Amino acid sequence: MTNSLRRGSVAIVGAAESELGLCALGTTPYDLMAQATYRALADCGLHLKDIDGVFTATSQARFSSLGLCEYLGLKPYYQDNTLMGGASFMSHVAHAMAAINNGLCDVALIAYGSTQKSVSRAAASPREFNAYETPYKPFLPTSAYAMVAARHMYQYGTTREQLAEVAVAARQWALMNPVAWEKKPLTIDEVINSRMVSSPLTIRDCCLVTDGGGAIILTSAARAKDLKKKPAYVLGVGEDLSHIGISGMPELTVSGAAVSGPKAYAMAGITAKEVDLAMLYDAFTINTILFLEDLGFCPKGEGGNFVANGGVAPGGHLPVNTNGGGLSYCHPGMYGLFLLIESVRQLRGECGERQVPNCELALAHGNGGVLSSQATVILGSQGD
Amino acid sequence: MSEFDLAKTSPNGIYMDYCQKDQLAFQRAPSGKAVFYPRIVEPKTGEELRWELSQGLGTVYSTTVIYLRDEKPYNVALIDIDEGYRMMSRVEGIDPEHVRIGMRVQVQMATFDDGKKYPIFFPVNEVV
Repeated sequence: MTNSLRRGSVAIVGAAESELGLCALGTTPYDLMAQATYRALADCGLHLKDIDGVFTATSQARFSSLGLCEYLGLKPYYQDNTLMGGASFMSHVAHAMAAINNGLCDVALIAYGSTQKSVSRAAASPREFNAYETPYKPFLPTSAYAMVAARHMYQYGTTREQLAEVAVAARQWALMNPVAWEKKPLTIDEVINSRMVSSPLTIRDCCLVTDGGGAIILTSAARAKDLKKKPAYVLGVGEDLSHIGISGMPELTVSGAAVSGPKAYAMAGITAKEVDLAMLYDAFTINTILFLEDLGFCPKGEGGNFVANGGVAPGGHLPVNTNGGGLSYCHPGMYGLFLLIESVRQLRGECGERQVPNCELALAHGNGGVLSSQATVILGSQGD
Repeated sequence: MSEFDLAKTSPNGIYMDYCQKDQLAFQRAPSGKAVFYPRIVEPKTGEELRWELSQGLGTVYSTTVIYLRDEKPYNVALIDIDEGYRMMSRVEGIDPEHVRIGMRVQVQMATFDDGKKYPIFFPVNEVV
């Protein structure tokens, strides 16, 4: 079936991060959500009282829409706590669009916050017990992605150096982002020779562990036109759920992005060739390679060659993860919302040194769990 | 069809009972399709599943070596079992870094820290 969402009918009008990196003792995920919300409201010129739809997720609270509504004193007409890992926020965009299209709310807030660096990753997102995996002590999520990388190398001849290229490219972009966590250049040799975590992945193949929050504000295209900044229209959305444990993933070298991507492209009426900016959830270096393939930027198995020789670095074939990515900018547990924030800024032309010239179509692809949930959002500077 | 009686037993309970008897069990659907992990009905069809014993032979589908501080490096692998399903386990009996995708392996039950037996695998020619 195809969805009945109306392409370009809703836009992201406000976008902001909270404080990122390492927060003061006692900071809560809600402090970060609230700070990002105020900044996103200031970004678009709307006020707290305008928000009548609330969409949240965090691994640190089971009932995060309740928590945020209490904190901010909101009484939304519509709320949604959908939690499927880092892709949750792309799913929230689709749900917010449905709610706005159907008159269930008018101004939707999507917010996220995490203090996983301050409180430790183990405390922020405790692993669930799986009777068929936990006894073998996989180091999750890293070992799952490591086995994906190992299989991709075996099937397609992807090399260790090609994986490292992804981390190096992310770092080069991060050096142009003033709020990125990493501040020093990185080389391929440094990636390969850093501490092995779960082979073939070293610590530099893995995303950062930081604190941080974000918020975006969505409203109808009609209302968006009168607000402060250029709207980022939602042109396409697509989701796919394929498994929860890595032993349940049908084929390790094909992610659900091969399903979510085509759904989003079909709704947007575009192809990968037309995309000016690809924001791909880089929890690990293999992700970028896999998503470039599954989202149609290169044929299956060619992702390694695509990223080689600075292919996704500044000046490469395609601008990818221009904020520096989860690998070098920030990664507070569930990173999806930050991909949307950077997409909005690039479409507006606010990115300074790292600005993609004539950026009109941006694809933000979220990933959750161990490649378990995939959700793609296509944004455009023109809604029609 | 007879409904799975969760008041008396669970899919995992049955599986673990087999493991304690040194048997690797899985489920088979009426269509002949193998199902793992154990469930109360077949995914997609809802058909009843019956238990079968595996010969315990398989091929490494993917593998990783985990390096934790204060712990010896160890292997975790996904094994494609010959009867047609995949499971997570470990390959032991060789250096964890020498485990290769495509390697033929055979099951053996091993007692873990919780005192229960779980299936792990050894390269086919090196079963002890």
